[in-house]
Amino acid sequence: MSLDATWVVEWMRHSARVLAENRAELGTLDREIGDGDHGENMDRGFIAVLSELDAIPDDATPGEVLRRAAMTLISTIGGAAGPLYGTALLKASDAVGSETQLDGASIVALLRAARDGIVLRGKAEVGEKTMVDSWTPAVDAASSAEGAGESPAGILRAAAEAGSAGAEATEPLIARKGRASYLGERAIGHRDPGAQSTALILHAAADAARNA
Amino acid sequence: MKKLINDARAVVDEALGGLAAAHADILSVSFDPRYVARRGAPIVGKVALVSGGGSGHEPLHAGFVGLGMLAAAVPGAIFTSPTPDLVLAATRAVDGGAGVLYLVKNYTGDVLNFETAADLAVGAGIRVESVLINDDVAVEDSSFTAGRRGIAGAVLVEKIAGAAAERGDFLESVASIARRVNASMRSMGVGLRAGVLPYSGESTFTLAEDEIEFGVGMHGEPGRARIPLEPADAIVDRLVAAIADDLPFAPGDRVLLLVNGLGGTPQSELYIVFRRAAQALAERGLVLTRSLVGSFATSLEMQGASLTLLRLDDELVELWDAPVHTAALRWGC
Repeated sequence: MSLDATWVVEWMRHSARVLAENRAELGTLDREIGDGDHGENMDRGFIAVLSELDAIPDDATPGEVLRRAAMTLISTIGGAAGPLYGTALLKASDAVGSETQLDGASIVALLRAARDGIVLRGKAEVGEKTMVDSWTPAVDAASSAEGAGESPAGILRAAAEAGSAGAEATEPLIARKGRASYLGERAIGHRDPGAQSTALILHAAADAARNA
Repeated sequence: MKKLINDARAVVDEALGGLAAAHADILSVSFDPRYVARRGAPIVGKVALVSGGGSGHEPLHAGFVGLGMLAAAVPGAIFTSPTPDLVLAATRAVDGGAGVLYLVKNYTGDVLNFETAADLAVGAGIRVESVLINDDVAVEDSSFTAGRRGIAGAVLVEKIAGAAAERGDFLESVASIARRVNASMRSMGVGLRAGVLPYSGESTFTLAEDEIEFGVGMHGEPGRARIPLEPADAIVDRLVAAIADDLPFAPGDRVLLLVNGLGGTPQSELYIVFRRAAQALAERGLVLTRSLVGSFATSLEMQGASLTLLRLDDELVELWDAPVHTAALRWGC
């Protein structure tokens, strides 16, 4: 069983929907420990991706869809999240190359490359209260699920659940990167908005695969 | 909120329209993609300096585009970093084949957007180096935070590295001079009243009438402490101590002192600040060698000022004195 470009397109559509639905919540999380624009910025970026998807040819590969979404996010999200999510999808695109069918191993490689892109760009490690705290457990869970012979949909479901748990686990942490890092202990008790948007996007990936 | 604006959403573009109309001999403005480029760019064979960041800090950075300083500035929305595609467009517009140097103030958004732009530019075959500016001693510089912020010291880096580029230095050499300036300077500011965001009408922070933010950031971020308002001399003494002890500056050091207004402070008050700062430097045995007073790196109409101290050597003095012709700084030509 494998996933194709249609899955990537659906992943982006699901992401756009779930980010629009959670725009206010992400904004609230960001106001508590950041500058409050994360929900607005993510929503704007993925609305732009939706119109970009309409212009993508039917024979596009998963890698091409990811690359176009990446460039759109880079030019529309702004702030810190734009380069981070844009780089994630660019690296994910590189990882799947010109493959047209993504098997479990390719899905894990895609997620791992996305996470590595974010780590490279943001220089954050696990435990610093950033989106890496959602991405890394997600990649680990995806890898285990693949090792256990799960289908791509099952791998993505495992990643999404681990990503959500990771986002929740940022609440007691002190931030070490980004604007929240200046707050010191005052950041404790607040969930990182970037980790939360990552969890939403990972769930969108799993939902898109379930319907594929 | 009272502001001399037409449409809150058009503030950045209309201000750039005015800049272009006033200084057509120095620069030109591209509105889509949005960047400001030195007139005559690209200059073949010379390193091009590109800086940028959120708008609202004028004249930083677009006011420093021109001969002897920046080849391009990329203004984002108010207090919002420009996106990498815009930085890339400016980079392509001014690259004269000798490479492009990004001067980036240390804010997570600016850093990530410029680094992503650098990746894209290198992918497009353009040589890019980046130098991070982090002169603000108000916040702790440690691996436990995003590090010291970049504030008014950016003006000094842009001027001196710009002079090095103008004399024809190679990319690596211009970058190394920019890093040297950054490593040799420290800044800190004090806020008396916040700036007001044009699109929301909201102040970036609120202070009681008798309260000041000691170590305020360029977007109104908190600094070291909120303290009661004191006479100017006492505030200046606190700033000088925080800055001079940080590098540290040593007796006999030749220094450049920049007293920078944050947008809503009269020039007379900046000179009151300068007066005491110069005395305080002399008391520490520092030799005031060059000075600059004015509002160069602002935070909308924030009331307050920042001090920047740069340790000079012969080469830095020569580069500081070199001709510059921009909207906000001009001498020697």
